[in-house]
Amino acid sequence: MPPLTYPDTLILRILNETTTIAMAGASANWVRPSNFAMKYLQQKGFRVIPVNPGSAGDLIHGETTYARLADIPDRFEMVDIFRNSDAAGAIVDEAIGIAPEKGIKFIWMQLGVRNDEAAARAEAAGLIVIMDRCPKIEFGRLHHELGWAGVNTGVISSKRPRLRL
Amino acid sequence: MTEDHDDRQMNEFGFETRSIHAGAAPDPATGARNTPIYQTTSYVFDDVDHAASLFNLQTFGFIYSRLTNPTVAVLEERVASLEGGRAACAAGSGHAAQFLAFFSLLSPGDEFLVSKNLYGGSITQLGVSFKRLGWNAIFVDGTDPENFRRAMTPGCKAIFLEPLANPGGVVIDVETVAAIAHEAGIPLICDNTMATPYLWQPIQWGADIVIHSTTKFLSGHGTSMGGVVVESGKFDWNQNDKFPTMTQPDPAYHGLTFYETFGDFGFTMKARAVALRDFGPAMAPMNAFMTITGIETLPLRMDRHVANAQKVAEFLEDHPAVDWVSYAGLSSSPYRDLAEKYLPKGAGSVFTFGLKGGFDAGVRFVEACQLLSHLANVGDTRSLILHPASTTHRQLTDDQREAAGAGPEVMRISVGLETADDIIRDLDQALCA
Ligand SMILES: Cc1ncc(COP(=O)(O)O)c(C=O)c1O
Repeated sequence: MPPLTYPDTLILRILNETTTIAMAGASANWVRPSNFAMKYLQQKGFRVIPVNPGSAGDLIHGETTYARLADIPDRFEMVDIFRNSDAAGAIVDEAIGIAPEKGIKFIWMQLGVRNDEAAARAEAAGLIVIMDRCPKIEFGRLHHELGWAGVNTGVISSKRPRLRL
Repeated sequence: MTEDHDDRQMNEFGFETRSIHAGAAPDPATGARNTPIYQTTSYVFDDVDHAASLFNLQTFGFIYSRLTNPTVAVLEERVASLEGGRAACAAGSGHAAQFLAFFSLLSPGDEFLVSKNLYGGSITQLGVSFKRLGWNAIFVDGTDPENFRRAMTPGCKAIFLEPLANPGGVVIDVETVAAIAHEAGIPLICDNTMATPYLWQPIQWGADIVIHSTTKFLSGHGTSMGGVVVESGKFDWNQNDKFPTMTQPDPAYHGLTFYETFGDFGFTMKARAVALRDFGPAMAPMNAFMTITGIETLPLRMDRHVANAQKVAEFLEDHPAVDWVSYAGLSSSPYRDLAEKYLPKGAGSVFTFGLKGGFDAGVRFVEACQLLSHLANVGDTRSLILHPASTTHRQLTDDQREAAGAGPEVMRISVGLETADDIIRDLDQALCA
């Protein structure tokens, strides 16, 4: 499969237009990557609603966990998928079905998660899809934080960065 | 990110631009345009929850300068960019960087293949000191890539080599060796100190990890010790079960799995959060600052280094007291073709030559130099001269010395940035002494 490339401006637009994220596959176990990403995104001002049938009703980082996307009472612009590439297909289809009602605009599949067929269905339904990326890492990269950990952010600028701490 | 952000991705900027700008935006707090020297050991937490997030690696930020420091971070990002890598972790010296890389990969009992053409200190570090940790180096003659295939064992976890080797003027066929490493499902680690990313970027030819002694050409002025480990971000640590340090929950980090959590910069996170944290060879902010400043002129300096080296090598080749010159930029070099492929901008400025008079002539010659400095470093603005057999390679056996290209008659020169004719004049008088 050809590697995926997304312009920085697209990633920034998605992060700027998102206030609430439904995180499918969010884990209550703090060493899991989803738990990391949820806490980080909350600190950056996003509301993150966990979705996980195994923990439905439990609180993760102060938010109630729902079994399915459709159970979430509030609106959310992004579905962030922390499941394997095969399982991502059904979640995408569920999101497509409730997109107008919930205000879903973006489907985001995590690092290592890629389902080109599901992405094509979502795009046909008017959704914007990012695959094989982590919103935490992308946020950190584009806001000059990832460089603090020695990561090549790809960002060059002579402007004083405005940090979103 | 600001609205006026230029949408070009970093790789679309030229090497010279990135040498100056990569990693170094104006200081967010003050607007300082040059990178400040953050001479601090530690950083305040906003509250207990922020502290917990930082310690757990759940957020990015600074805790303590053994782990990360804003000045050192600029250097890390800059070298990662210049090498075409994904991320980098700096260390207090090149040797410390090598330790971080191997500790992050190997477990006791593991083996790795090493090209014999190496800096003498690395031969000892990898072959003797690492053995005491249960990391077993198998040395091969890397000038024939097939030797790596022949020496491969099931327990091998990596191949290590210097693409342009110190001191010999030897060029290794990195693309072929990378293919052999990948066939075996293991990473190729290149010590790119001698070439620098300006002359050669091993990741483009398949290397997975690149290590530097930034002490040399990157800092460039003989001022500052340092090292860095760069990861390409392209190696799949899950392709086999050889890399539990990357793919299994780490007991040194509460059961965190580094590859799963940090993806294509997981190796760098591992090197920093475990090896650097627990063994402590951090780079000083002042040294990072000196090295960042050095890198800003790396392209200019390297062009002059190789131009001077070419003139000096041609002069030496014609000198009656000189038996042979091993510089890959000479048409007499057996590495000429490889140099044309991998080093089109020049074959570096460190090379060896042999004196007809042997060991004693070598000792006489180094002591007679007036402009060239007799010392054990390379990659300075100043021209440097060394007799490896009596210094850097002294602790090796005769066989190891020969294999490393450091026999009794061998001189190593690091051609600096002085007027080429002055360097040549000093060499001439010392050769006639
Ligand atoms: C090729 C090479 N690698 C590694 C090193 C070790 O680096 P350091 O002296 O910064 O520890 C050196 C130093 O001479 C070197 O020449």
